[in-house]
Amino acid sequence: MEKIRAPEELESLRETIVQKMDPAKTCVRICMTGCRAYGAGEVRDAFNEEIKRRRLEEKVEIRETGCHGFCARAPVIVIDPQDIFYQQITAEDVAEIVSQTLLKGNIIDRLVYADPATGEKFPFTSDVPFYKGQTKNVLHNCGRIDPRNISHYIARNGYAALSKVLTTMTPEQTIETVERSGLGGRGGAGFPTGRKWRFVRAARGDPKYLISNASEGDPGSFKDRALLEGDPHSVLEGMLIAAYAMGVKVGYIYVKAEYPMAVERLKIAISQAEELGLLGESILGSDFSFEIRIKEGAGTYVCGEETAILASIEGKRGMPRPRPPFPAQSGLWGKPTNINNVETYANVPLIILRGADWYASLGTERSKGTKLLSLAGKINNAGLIEVPIGIPIREIIFDIGGGIAEGGRFKAVQVGGPPGDCVPERYLDSVLDYGSLEGTGSIMGSGVITVLDENSCMVDVARHFASFARYESCGFCSPCRLGSKEMLDILTRISRGEGREEDLELLVDLGKQVMATSLCGLGGSYPNPVLTAIKYFRDEYEAHIKEKRCPAAVCEALV
Amino acid sequence: MKARAIDLSKLDPILTKHEGQKEALISVLQEVQGEFGYVPEEAIERIADALKLFPSQVYGVVTFYSQFYLTPRGRNTIRVCRGTDCHVQRTTSLLAAIEQTLGIKEGETTDDLRFSLEPATCLGKCSLGPVIMVNRDYYGKIVPRELETILKRYE
Repeated sequence: MEKIRAPEELESLRETIVQKMDPAKTCVRICMTGCRAYGAGEVRDAFNEEIKRRRLEEKVEIRETGCHGFCARAPVIVIDPQDIFYQQITAEDVAEIVSQTLLKGNIIDRLVYADPATGEKFPFTSDVPFYKGQTKNVLHNCGRIDPRNISHYIARNGYAALSKVLTTMTPEQTIETVERSGLGGRGGAGFPTGRKWRFVRAARGDPKYLISNASEGDPGSFKDRALLEGDPHSVLEGMLIAAYAMGVKVGYIYVKAEYPMAVERLKIAISQAEELGLLGESILGSDFSFEIRIKEGAGTYVCGEETAILASIEGKRGMPRPRPPFPAQSGLWGKPTNINNVETYANVPLIILRGADWYASLGTERSKGTKLLSLAGKINNAGLIEVPIGIPIREIIFDIGGGIAEGGRFKAVQVGGPPGDCVPERYLDSVLDYGSLEGTGSIMGSGVITVLDENSCMVDVARHFASFARYESCGFCSPCRLGSKEMLDILTRISRGEGREEDLELLVDLGKQVMATSLCGLGGSYPNPVLTAIKYFRDEYEAHIKEKRCPAAVCEALV
Repeated sequence: MKARAIDLSKLDPILTKHEGQKEALISVLQEVQGEFGYVPEEAIERIADALKLFPSQVYGVVTFYSQFYLTPRGRNTIRVCRGTDCHVQRTTSLLAAIEQTLGIKEGETTDDLRFSLEPATCLGKCSLGPVIMVNRDYYGKIVPRELETILKRYE
């Protein structure tokens, strides 16, 4: 494709692409990201072979897409134009799908999703309760487009927001729009994005940088991976708009080391955008230039912390440093730097195209928009979902999530990963927000929802988080380094039936001290799951300590 | 394990490309590891010289990040996810089964250099736990008896 030199050329390219697409054509959309762990590769190969064997190449498109979200039913496919949803398919099902569904339009009953509780069948995607309860804005392309094909993104209004800011909005107006939308940082803290951008724009120093944080370290979180693997251009477009607004020429995407496919897809997306002139010099004929570099992480949780990420990109040990100065004043190589999560950037094109008022109409009084959540644990419909902020936790678990797996009983939900809380049943009607449970801090965090049933032990879960903290503490400040070891030791002895009466008070005291005195957000929050597990499940801890008994029969020494 | 002779001339193209670029240290280490499978101690001074750093700075970075190794690794890397979801789906028994099958512990390499077993805090496939990753391939909802078939695919 040739370089696009003006906004009108982007529009005519879009028209050409859309005209070439036939909406009535049969298209099989296969999830080739998460489902790959469960045999999607074989399913794709079987489809390609069968289509070739029957010479249907002209009539049927086999499209490899990003995550459809319903990972519990992997591998999944959707057949357009009817919107038929098949789940848990294998390569052996493919010949029948082609002959029955693609050629004759018959629905194959055994591949249709059935509600585990009622047995009711849902052959079409839009009716499946898992999808029905969601609001897919940021994920509107995920599972629909082939992320390796920029034409698919452009066909679905891709880069129209970039074109709009370059032609009709000043940088100041762009920031004002993002500020008015109420968008908050999606990495966990929820800090107002527009305000952050304003700081960077106003800061003295040249050049300025921006960073897209795809370090995604919280165990249980996979939303950034899904976004990068399924719709990388939405992140690039958000970064472009941010760069225009703040006067930045170079941006970095810092990607977690364990995400090779995300890196591969990003590289393809960046080179395609460069080829079209959507990245590089004089973008769309304007005087705005921007370049994006990928930095692969090297396997360390703390590099999700904003000052640690700076050190890591500079090639140093990824350890946090005290703030102030904030990165907005002194970031990469001492220059003003904006750091946002990839999901935050992916929200930006939507805000520009549909307006700040539309965006602000979603969510709660203080937190706007929708949020990606990584839903997992002992739940029927584990997967990636997007819901308006402010949705009750109960709705997420029992409506979208389909309730507890294997007919189990709900015990707790761990919300927010290592910095988050263990939430008991009585708070299920609380809404998901940045900080909605009484005094427990920001519980939504990065959007991890891990459901625990009666077979999960709250001492074991707390110990899991303490062991994570012990492993990931960078060692720079002593409260975090020593506190994590001490907390793990105490929890380990409780799990072995060697706990002492005073251990719970000791843990609570220690946890609070660590949070109050640690340098960065890691130590500032990792005691949360432990403290809330003790607060809400004290009787379980006492059973371990006083009766030398593990009620859930998990702790090996006590079974 | 026998010490093997290392052909340090393989460093040259990597170091020439990044001459004097302090900030490229992590990328350089990733490339060096891509070439040798680990970061040989003998390479550290050469890297430091080329990037105008002290060897202690290079060593500090190598030991800080869990991705870098100072000893030879197996031809294949198995990562057992220890994320929260995998934990509640009982990854511990899966890990024990792999350790038993291979006769090594987490962080170790088999004597024939066929497999290394690495810890992974979370592989981000949480709705498919327990998950393992062999090289770049993910396997979800794994039970110990499937291990043999999976490992057979990797020489």
